[in-house]
Amino acid sequence: MTQQTPVSKAPAQGGAESAESKRDPRLLVTAASPKGWIEALKRNLRSGELGPIPVVIGLVLIAVVFQSANDRFLSPQNLSNLTVQIAAIGLMTTGVIMVLLLGEIDLSIGSVAGLAAAVLGVLAVKQGVNEWAAIAAALAIGLLVGLVHGFVFAKLGVPAFVVTLAGLLGWQGLHLYLMGADGTINTSPSGPISLLTQTFFVPAVGWGIALLAAVLYFVSVATVERRRHQAGLPYKPPVELLFRAALLLLPLLGSVWVLNQYKGVPLAFLIFVGFVVVLDLVLRKTRYGRMVYAVGGNAEAARRAGINVDLIRISVFGIASALAALGGIMLTSRNFAASVSTGGGEELMMAIAAAVIGGTSLFGGRGNAYSALLGGLVLGAITSGLLLLQMNTAVRFMITAAVLLIAVILDAFSRRGRKTHARGGA
Amino acid sequence: MSTPVLELSGISKTFGAVRALSDVDFHVGEGEVVALLGDNGAGKSTLVKVISGAHPADSGGVITWDGKPVTISGPSDAQRLGIATIYQDLALCDNLDIVGNLFLGNEKLHFPGTLDEVEMESRARELLDSLSVRIPSLRVPVASLSGGQRQIIAIARSLLGQPRVVMLDEPTAALGVAQTAQVLDLIERLRDKGLGVLLISHNMADVRAVADRAVVLRLGRNAGNFPIADTSYEEIVAAITGAADNPVSRRSERTGASALATEDK
Ligand SMILES: Nc1ncnc2c1ncn2[C@@H]1O[C@H](COP(=O)(O)OP(=O)(O)O)[C@@H](O)[C@H]1O
Ligand SMILES: [Mg+2]
Repeated sequence: MTQQTPVSKAPAQGGAESAESKRDPRLLVTAASPKGWIEALKRNLRSGELGPIPVVIGLVLIAVVFQSANDRFLSPQNLSNLTVQIAAIGLMTTGVIMVLLLGEIDLSIGSVAGLAAAVLGVLAVKQGVNEWAAIAAALAIGLLVGLVHGFVFAKLGVPAFVVTLAGLLGWQGLHLYLMGADGTINTSPSGPISLLTQTFFVPAVGWGIALLAAVLYFVSVATVERRRHQAGLPYKPPVELLFRAALLLLPLLGSVWVLNQYKGVPLAFLIFVGFVVVLDLVLRKTRYGRMVYAVGGNAEAARRAGINVDLIRISVFGIASALAALGGIMLTSRNFAASVSTGGGEELMMAIAAAVIGGTSLFGGRGNAYSALLGGLVLGAITSGLLLLQMNTAVRFMITAAVLLIAVILDAFSRRGRKTHARGGA
Repeated sequence: MSTPVLELSGISKTFGAVRALSDVDFHVGEGEVVALLGDNGAGKSTLVKVISGAHPADSGGVITWDGKPVTISGPSDAQRLGIATIYQDLALCDNLDIVGNLFLGNEKLHFPGTLDEVEMESRARELLDSLSVRIPSLRVPVASLSGGQRQIIAIARSLLGQPRVVMLDEPTAALGVAQTAQVLDLIERLRDKGLGVLLISHNMADVRAVADRAVVLRLGRNAGNFPIADTSYEEIVAAITGAADNPVSRRSERTGASALATEDK
């Protein structure tokens, strides 16, 4: 796999090479046809740029296997439940992704989710505080906890692993303390907290959202590509953009169609997907997101470029814990109760596993928000399928472990692929 | 040559009990490439750090910019004057693409906080074209570039601030022959654009290829200032090793009595 390093042609001072077109001849042009796209796809695969392909293949495999074992797996009711079930841990995963992008880890998110649940239960039920205010307080406490983690890590130089390990213990302790003698605090079945996971939208809302998303996507990419065209940069032709928008619209419409056959699109799932989309936009389109990637890629380079590395680190830990708290609120909503065990079980492991399975690298600087959705769907589908087959947690843990291991191996493999391509030949 | 852009005279720098620079003079003009030479520990990097503001000089010396006295007491002073420094260890983020790296910390924005990628990519393309740097796609992560291309990106990045003096500390130390040639080409283009270049290199061939003048430091002091065109390789080496001011020892060195070289140990 020795790739030749492009050697400079040492342009002669006379300049005999000016007649060439503006586009560099070494730049492989992707033809605007399905054949061209397939070629480009093959190139990416060869260089270890796997993107979401392994996960999507994994999802299809899971669907085929479970559906053939039990034909209720792909039923609207099961799929609808699945989307609600993955929302809580999925929100925690979006926070984990930000921390992983920094090249760090947060082991406290399960405990923080539990703490948020306890705060919510104590305030809303025992103290009789307005439920919305209780939700806001739980989120604020999550944020505060994360800022403390970030501060101790960034300013005092304690490894994030250790800070959040202390958090894992400490916040669980506080969670148990707040719960007091009660094992569980039941929330009102009709209040806003419960409605978070009990609300489903009428069919028209789902269709509308799917269409709107595809149209917004098309308009925004078309605007960018037109500007690129005007600026004389390589651009994607409108046909390709239409094709991409259609590729997005199809699964959206399919999901809405399935969900509408049961109760409609669940609010919980919409909140989860909404956070994923917002996080994606923040990471890819804003200066803040660029800084997060830069710090994860090379903190020293980021510092020299004038980025306030400490501030980025503190803020990321803050956001991650706030999202963990939101996950805890969702867990409370779905169980109609905060309990001493909320967030204390598999949530931490599943949230981190989902991020990695979805394609976010453990090595920092690489990954995207959609890993939360893809990874969450994979783990949720495995859980749901095994439940239908009446297999127990033991089997589920072992299968999840195998999937996680495969994902990490793919990650290491694609990292190595990049390394050998880099500085190739030389 | 008219007034130099940057001129230092009588510069000293002590680190505790170590006097890394004593009474050093240095200047660089527009469109001039000055090689800064010297043995390991001679004080080259220290001089660069004094100029870049990373380690301000001790009091006593004078720094002038366009003939006017200035003080450089921190990196931001140097940047404001128009001095850019590219360090040996590259400051690039491997996971970001070329455009992302070029504009890191300096991103072009549309509305508050959102990146204007089109504007940045056009500007990056223009910048690299103006340097005759040809890289197929600006949207590949810099991890996939060769060492020479990475060095070139690091240099190009420093040019976005419109500096008038660029300092390179051993830019070719880790590069192969072809990649070194790419970087030297770029240094020549910087000179043609009228920038003053300070180049630290241990490679005499590189120095002879691109430098107009060589300033030699020895044990933290000036040990020579030679126009490259009229100076032989032996003369420069002699200055570096400490035989410069002594024609007799130079002669004896040529005739084989090389006892002088041991003095530097
Ligand atoms: N930060 C520092 N603290 C103490 N001594 C230093 C420091 N930086 C450089 N020196 C000393 O100054 C002298 C010159 O070093 P340097 O400028 O790095 O040499 P060169 O780059 O020419 O090899 C050396 O003796 C070195 O040990
Ligand atoms: Mg040095």
